[in-house]
Amino acid sequence: MRLSVIDAERCTGCQICMFACTRRLGYAGMGKTAIHVKSVGGMEHGLSVVVCRACQDPPCAKVCPEDALVLRKGGGVLLDPSKCTGCGLCRQACIVSAIFWDKEAEKPIICVHCGYCAKYCPHGVLALEERRQEVSNAAK
Amino acid sequence: MLPNDPLANVLYVDLSKKRSWVERREDLFGKYFGGAGVAIQLLTENCPAAMDPLAPEAPVVLATGPLDGLFPLGSKTVAMFKSPHTGNLGESHAGGRSAVAIRMSGIGAIVITGANVNPGYLSIEEGKAYFHDATTLWGMRSSVTAGRILRQSESSAGLRSIMRIGRAGENLVTYADVSTETYRHFGRLGMGAVFGSKKLKAVVVSGNRTLEVADKVVYRALYDEINTAAVRSPVMKKYHDLGTAENIQPLSALGGLPTRNVQAGHFESAEAISGEHYAEHYLGRRLACSHCPVACIHIAALREPYQDEAYYYKTTMISYDYEPIYALGSMLGLSNPEQVLSLMDKVEVLGLDAMSSGVCLAWATEAMEKGLVTEQDTGGMKLEFGKVDGYVAGVEAITSKANEFWSILSHGVDAAAARYGGADFAMAFGGNEMPGYHTGPAGYLGFMLGARHSHLDNAGYAIDQKELIKGLIPAEQLAQKLMDEERWRQVLSSLTVCFFARGIYTPELTLRALAAAGYDLTAEQLAATADDIYRAKFAFKFANGFDFNKLTIPHRVFETPAVLSGFDEAYMRRAIAFAAGQLASPRA
Ligand code: SF4
Ligand code: SF4
Ligand code: SF4
Repeated sequence: MRLSVIDAERCTGCQICMFACTRRLGYAGMGKTAIHVKSVGGMEHGLSVVVCRACQDPPCAKVCPEDALVLRKGGGVLLDPSKCTGCGLCRQACIVSAIFWDKEAEKPIICVHCGYCAKYCPHGVLALEERRQEVSNAAK
Repeated sequence: MLPNDPLANVLYVDLSKKRSWVERREDLFGKYFGGAGVAIQLLTENCPAAMDPLAPEAPVVLATGPLDGLFPLGSKTVAMFKSPHTGNLGESHAGGRSAVAIRMSGIGAIVITGANVNPGYLSIEEGKAYFHDATTLWGMRSSVTAGRILRQSESSAGLRSIMRIGRAGENLVTYADVSTETYRHFGRLGMGAVFGSKKLKAVVVSGNRTLEVADKVVYRALYDEINTAAVRSPVMKKYHDLGTAENIQPLSALGGLPTRNVQAGHFESAEAISGEHYAEHYLGRRLACSHCPVACIHIAALREPYQDEAYYYKTTMISYDYEPIYALGSMLGLSNPEQVLSLMDKVEVLGLDAMSSGVCLAWATEAMEKGLVTEQDTGGMKLEFGKVDGYVAGVEAITSKANEFWSILSHGVDAAAARYGGADFAMAFGGNEMPGYHTGPAGYLGFMLGARHSHLDNAGYAIDQKELIKGLIPAEQLAQKLMDEERWRQVLSSLTVCFFARGIYTPELTLRALAAAGYDLTAEQLAATADDIYRAKFAFKFANGFDFNKLTIPHRVFETPAVLSGFDEAYMRRAIAFAAGQLASPRA
């Protein structure tokens, strides 16, 4: 399973997903969010939702010198904070810029595809779903 | 409040000395929560009674509250300043991303004093102030373009708010606004002119952090409760579907939609400028303030052909709401929805308050009809109800203060009526041009008794429609009702919760939400704080010369049948006298 952006055109820019991702850890605010909503040249012209795409062969994990990014079943990576030194190389490797920075912990924030944010998105932009390949594998 | 909550950090900025510092003000935030409650204290501390609203020393206060960043619909920033429009309390609320951005920046309030020598903008990152030059942006034709440039030159997109003025603010039009994220406004009472007097083009705020709560488990459960209530509420659905514009047709049908300078309460073309019509034909996008599941902000896509080349179009995104449709539509007799949109866009680009602009132009039109104002006065411009061209030229003339007439009109309809006559149809209350409710005595008393002379002070218009429709009540009782509602709203605007969520944030729920933010209070204590804030606002007003007995009521109010008629000036005066008496005596 992975978090998918179903239709960013429906996004209203409410940032409720960003609050949710932070709240999943018991905090208010947005300091721990692994998902960001950005305007494309002003909110009136639409928004883009930036979150980890759950790569099957994640470039971020490959550049990590400490092996702190462990491949996650279903795509993407899981961070082992005890190994991470906060060097930030993974951020540069992610072409969709989906690795954010936790200033408070000095560590990367990467989506774990838990789907908590999708439960709160009021407008059906996000969903936790199986990737197409998983679906076809299951059908076999 | 919780110990170490960054909310209590007040960022003081002195533009003259290019100096800034942070002070912990737990004394204020602990007692008054934030928003309006803290802002009125900061304003009173920094703005002695004799202050010229446009003097460099005059402060602008921006304050957020403990529920911003914690709960859905905690989304408003409260601005306070001395109004150059009324010479008294200026208070203005806006959402967008402003409140959450300020809170995420690690501060609860900003106090700006002093003035730039050259045009500048202020950037606040993680609670620290940086001073930048804005000479290139000053005088720029469109405030929207200025916003775009700032967006590009500043980092941290998405967690940021850009509050800026247009040419109206630069030119000190006393009803210039400050817009945030292009489509939300600190409107009314001229905060834009205060920015303009400081040569302050914009304030950009950004930051990101986590905030602690009293108990994580209780917090998450309460969050779900509030969120579910918000998502399921029928009121919220109404604002999501059609937005506030939904009220155009019903109010017109009842006779409460001010039309052609309140010469009528029913507009024959209401359907054409209704929320339904705009949604079906123009709605291009819906947006939300930060942390709001409702998304009441409706943006129309207006596609217009260029006159000089075939098949060449421009598409403009224009936010619309009930109030601008009333002020720049029915009030001016405009029945073409596209013309109303383009006038709204013009007002946005110039950075004017839509309501005051519409009321000023409506008065000017009638004054021309009656011969009080001539084409000689207007510099050859002819204003006629239903004709958009004069109004497009008119808002430009107000902004540039084209001649003596337009310059006087740039100070509001009362100023213009004082010079040219026509006070009986100059539709302002307490010096502030009326909002779009010709509903009856509660609506009009609401504008007069409220500290901001705004329909949002106490929603008197709703009392007309829901309660007085069953029969008039004694004037004193009505005044009491309006004051009680306004007193409670001080709590919401100190937290700072959007007024659309007032049905969700009941006193009971509010106490629990405050507990999550570390405030332990009883219902009685909460009510006492509400009264303290309410009285602090009026103390500022009285110190600056406000007098209930000096309120004037344009006669038009009684002439044109409203949703509710049969009230007279004597009734209104009794209510006003009662309010004055209540505020003169200390709390029981
Ligand atoms: S963080 Fe970026 S590179 Fe890493 S798995 Fe996600 S999308 Fe791929
Ligand atoms: S799926 Fe989970 S980790 Fe990923 S953005 Fe949503 S809440 Fe955060
Ligand atoms: S919660 Fe949904 S609508 Fe709101 S910002 Fe996130 S993706 Fe967009």
